[in-house]
Amino acid sequence: MHIIATFIVAFGALRRNKMRSILTALGIIIGVGAVIAMVSIGDGAKSQVEAQVASLGQNIILVFAGSINSGGQRSGYGGAGTLNIKDAEAIKTEVRDIQAVSPEVVGGAQVFANGLNWGTRIRGESEDYLSIRQWPLSEGAMFTDQDVKSDAKVCVIGQTIVNNLFPEGDAVGKTIRIRNLPFKVLGILTTKGFSIQGNDQDDIVIIPYTSAMKRFSRQTYLAVINVQAVPNASLQLVELDIANLLHARHHIAEGRDDDFNVRDQQEIADAATATTRTMTFLLGAIACVSLVVGGIGIMNIMLVSVTERTREIGIRMAVGAHGSDILAQFLIESVVLSLTGGLLGIAIGILSAKILSHFNHWPTVISPTVSMIAFLFSGAVGVFFGYYPALKAAKLDPIEALRFE
Amino acid sequence: MQPVVQLDNINKIYDSGEEVKVHAVRGVSIKVMPGEFVALMGASGSGKSTLMNLLGCLDRPTSGTYLLDGVDVSGLNRDQLADIRNKKLGFVFQGFNLLSRTTALENTELPMLYGSRNLSRKAVHERAMHCLEIVGLHERAYHLPNQLSGGQQQRAAIARALVNEPQVLLADEPTGNLDTKTSIEVMGVFQKLNNEGITIIMVTHELDIARYCKRNLVLRDGQLVSDIEIKDRLIAEEEIKHIRNQESAAKLTA
Repeated sequence: MHIIATFIVAFGALRRNKMRSILTALGIIIGVGAVIAMVSIGDGAKSQVEAQVASLGQNIILVFAGSINSGGQRSGYGGAGTLNIKDAEAIKTEVRDIQAVSPEVVGGAQVFANGLNWGTRIRGESEDYLSIRQWPLSEGAMFTDQDVKSDAKVCVIGQTIVNNLFPEGDAVGKTIRIRNLPFKVLGILTTKGFSIQGNDQDDIVIIPYTSAMKRFSRQTYLAVINVQAVPNASLQLVELDIANLLHARHHIAEGRDDDFNVRDQQEIADAATATTRTMTFLLGAIACVSLVVGGIGIMNIMLVSVTERTREIGIRMAVGAHGSDILAQFLIESVVLSLTGGLLGIAIGILSAKILSHFNHWPTVISPTVSMIAFLFSGAVGVFFGYYPALKAAKLDPIEALRFE
Repeated sequence: MQPVVQLDNINKIYDSGEEVKVHAVRGVSIKVMPGEFVALMGASGSGKSTLMNLLGCLDRPTSGTYLLDGVDVSGLNRDQLADIRNKKLGFVFQGFNLLSRTTALENTELPMLYGSRNLSRKAVHERAMHCLEIVGLHERAYHLPNQLSGGQQQRAAIARALVNEPQVLLADEPTGNLDTKTSIEVMGVFQKLNNEGITIIMVTHELDIARYCKRNLVLRDGQLVSDIEIKDRLIAEEEIKHIRNQESAAKLTA
């Protein structure tokens, strides 16, 4: 039998049972719709994380203080007070392909201005910090290397600080007090929003690291050294050079634990997106289950349909239909059902993803690849679950089928 | 001339695997020449339905040979039998067996959808229309089976049986579901087709229906017990006229 004629017959049969066809396809519609919506949400979350990681800056290598081993007791990362200014300077001068370095000292403090106060994080950084982080100022200017050398009492502040201490705005040029020392506000940072971990990135005061060390942290060691490599440098090579340099400077023998830890942006990005990737996979897997359930629905209805139409099958066989013609007819019916369901499911999935992102402000990313895969998968579901009923129909004995009441 | 149907010592034994074997057809030999109009008669259980299934290539004999149009079909497989049914046989059933929710025309087109003939949509349509015209149903081509009377449904079924120009038209109790007058009308259609040269074999248990045929075969217990020519066969057209006269006399019709 001609394939087009088979399609016409299959469409006719589906059209005659409109309600049943719609309900059967509904299983696939929901399944595919769920897959598309879930994966869109997962991909949206992933893209958000990636964007945030990218906002950390380009070609960034972070050198963390590592663990120290004191009498067999290992302190864990950050336990070693071993990274110091000299290390940072050595990295800047001795390692190739370095563009900028910012030693970092962190601490918390209460800040005061206008009779208001606010508890926040204080970061001691170098003058290059903002260019490393690609974090422009919305107003004013960054402190200079002169300020760093002279451990000047100057700062740039985040928008949250402005909101809480300078409700009227206009903070540039004013003074804030940190631990009773007056710091002059040189600039205001542009708004960055919340980080992946939920921290308010704008709740920050940045001062020269020299000031931070001398005036109140009184520490001589650093938590982190921010390093930016020149564009197109091999981060792995730079990391290796830094590690070798620090090995030498810290006199770490071969085979002993490092007292520092070098990581690049990509590793941080991978770690951050791994979670969302897992989430996407999980959501997709759950949605796939509903697709399989939809497939079982198709199989169920096709079995009913074959039984109900036994006589029709007998008539078709009596006038010359081969088993393969009957098989094709029922298989095409189930594939048409599942593919139609797949198409509608994609539409509904995209629509519900849009609605979710609109009302919940979740970012969603519609992936054409996933839509295509879901569509093909729904077709495969149709073939897989339609095959058994179709085979059952094809194997009917024409005499028995004609006699069927 | 070569017989269109030649059965030679045909046996059919139903073996359900238990101790009881049913010997439904025992050593039947029949020759049917082109242009014959044969009634196959017998009480229920006589094996006439089994023989009809064998003649219709829906079933295979346990032993014996069946030459249809000179070709041995007793050893063919399922698909080959389907092709034979499609090309060489036309079926008319007791229960009409039209596809429901499908117009008379589409029902008539059905055999042309299968088989190796690759006719255009237009040719399929024209041939189906032509066959409906032969049985006098062309004005109701687009009616669904449930919008047709029993006699009209059977005409549609006959049109369907004719559409692939079969060697033999097989009819299984074609008048079983019809009243007397409609039965005679349907027999009229068969006689008209037979007059145009189409070979017809029909199963019936009604003696008066068998009298419209040219030859009567009687089966009993799976064996052929009688094979007679009908000399004074009834002509459907005349009988219809006769019934009409009686009806108008009884004021049933104008």
